[in-house]
Amino acid sequence: MSDPISRDEVAKVAELAMLELTDGELDTFTGQLAAVLQHATDVDALDVADVEPTNHPYPLVNVFRPDVAENRVSREELLAAGPEIEDHMFKVPPVLGEQP
Amino acid sequence: MSAGETALGVASAVRSGERSAVEVVEASLAAIDALDGQVHAFLEVTAEEALARAADIDETVAAGGDPGPLAGVPVALKDNMCTEGVPTTCSSKILEGWIPPYDATVVEKLRAAGAITVGKTNLDEFAMGSSTENSAFGATRNPHDTDRVPGGSSGGSAAAVAAGMTPLSIGSDTGGSIRQPASLCGVVGLKPTYGAVSRFGLIAFASSLDQIGPFTRTVADAAVAFEAIGGHDVRDSTSIPEPVPSCVEALGAGVDGLRVGIISELLEGELASGFEPEVLQRTRDAAAALEAAGATIVPVSVPSAIYGLSAYYLIAPAEASSNLSRYDGVRYGNRVVAGDSTADMMRATRTAGFGAEVKRRIMLGTYALSAGYYDAFYGKAQRVRTLILEDFARAYAQADVLLSPTSPCVAFGFGAKSDPLTMYLNDVATIPSNLAGHPAMSVPFGTGADDLPVGVQLLAPTLAEPVLFRVAAALEAAAPAAPLPAVAAPALTDPTIDDQGVPA
Repeated sequence: MSDPISRDEVAKVAELAMLELTDGELDTFTGQLAAVLQHATDVDALDVADVEPTNHPYPLVNVFRPDVAENRVSREELLAAGPEIEDHMFKVPPVLGEQP
Repeated sequence: MSAGETALGVASAVRSGERSAVEVVEASLAAIDALDGQVHAFLEVTAEEALARAADIDETVAAGGDPGPLAGVPVALKDNMCTEGVPTTCSSKILEGWIPPYDATVVEKLRAAGAITVGKTNLDEFAMGSSTENSAFGATRNPHDTDRVPGGSSGGSAAAVAAGMTPLSIGSDTGGSIRQPASLCGVVGLKPTYGAVSRFGLIAFASSLDQIGPFTRTVADAAVAFEAIGGHDVRDSTSIPEPVPSCVEALGAGVDGLRVGIISELLEGELASGFEPEVLQRTRDAAAALEAAGATIVPVSVPSAIYGLSAYYLIAPAEASSNLSRYDGVRYGNRVVAGDSTADMMRATRTAGFGAEVKRRIMLGTYALSAGYYDAFYGKAQRVRTLILEDFARAYAQADVLLSPTSPCVAFGFGAKSDPLTMYLNDVATIPSNLAGHPAMSVPFGTGADDLPVGVQLLAPTLAEPVLFRVAAALEAAAPAAPLPAVAAPALTDPTIDDQGVPA
């Protein structure tokens, strides 16, 4: 049977996940991810067509807290953790490719 | 007086005024100072803050007040729980130097109970691993044999308690990250019911699986710690709106009349053939001990448990890939400037900031969630999760608690499981409880190969921690003498201190 994931697919996934891989890493990760996905095919032995999916172990819905304003951490404290701050905002390099 | 005592022993002495909290904390800090060079359990020790808190506790006692059930107890926190003003790294370069602006609920609750945080412990990066070798800041070594791993991902917390540096530590368990290191280090480790302990301030790995719990040297200490940290929290929307179950009062109830189910898939057959024979034998010994104490042993089957590993290694990475997308060099953590766009900066930051195992899981999860593969991988894994819940429900119709090995093996050497899939197979017995959201506990029960500790696992249904503690206490009472760690605080070997931590 064909490999569960190809080198090209790993490269695509890395791009989606915003990770850069060297050629060597691409080879290594392809083999390792293929082994895990190959192992995961053991569930093909199960007929789960009529089984409902579980996405959470405890059935809680519509969890609300009392509608009271809370201000545990100030804006300044949160901003202080950022790598670059200007005028109370997180500063990032150009988004649209233009230098300021 | 030394730090190798039990939490209850320390708290009772501090509450009665027999010993000062400052003295207790000084002893814990001295043990860390003397031993951690060999173990590397800690990433950060907060000595000054701990001594100041200890002085406050002593003042409360002197004024006739009661600081709480964990009065003066030094506690170590896995470094994926937020501590205001104290660096919190998740053992990742991407968070190196980050200082949280608030405390996790579990930290607030520990302090409200009188406990004193003394530092932050090492883990596999973002809690992804079973050996603590994936830490960006160096591995932790097992106090029983420093050439071996402590297990993981909460390896630092397990090792801190095993070596007697603190009587109590806190870990998190997504697929076995409290129970497996507890087993490998010869201590008690509890993964409570999903939602029973608030996760506010716990840095997320896989949100439908993560749970916080204690490491201790005794079952009674674990009960006290669980009651202290458990309970509903409005700041965690997955927190169960029920009071924390009473576990301390269940400790002495015995096991007479209880039905203990042995999970056959984890003791015999193809899956168990990969387990070390001594580990399987200790599990059988534990069953015999419980039978002798009055329990009825019944074989039960959880057939879908053997598919838990596959389901877990799709669900957990899928959730992780989403949770870890927040580390992009914008709002916190490290930024690596490269290229001339935000996208270039984000790629460079994530590439430099994450280690190999984290990258593997992010990619695995991204793949499992991607268009065209979602149903085949993630969707199917969620259906397997339902089957596991149904199997457990059938098993709990026949038994009050279940018993299995915790880890397939005793502590292994560094680099022994360098292939990721081989490492993942370590979690096969612990994963089903996370997928089901059920509580489970590892209790030391004798030794395996090379005289290293072996833990056995007890499992119970949602919020059935009290029955888990009844059985755990009986197991502890029947357990063979535990091996002494090679690296340990004096009290662990001090004959003037009894097994409840009380000086003779």
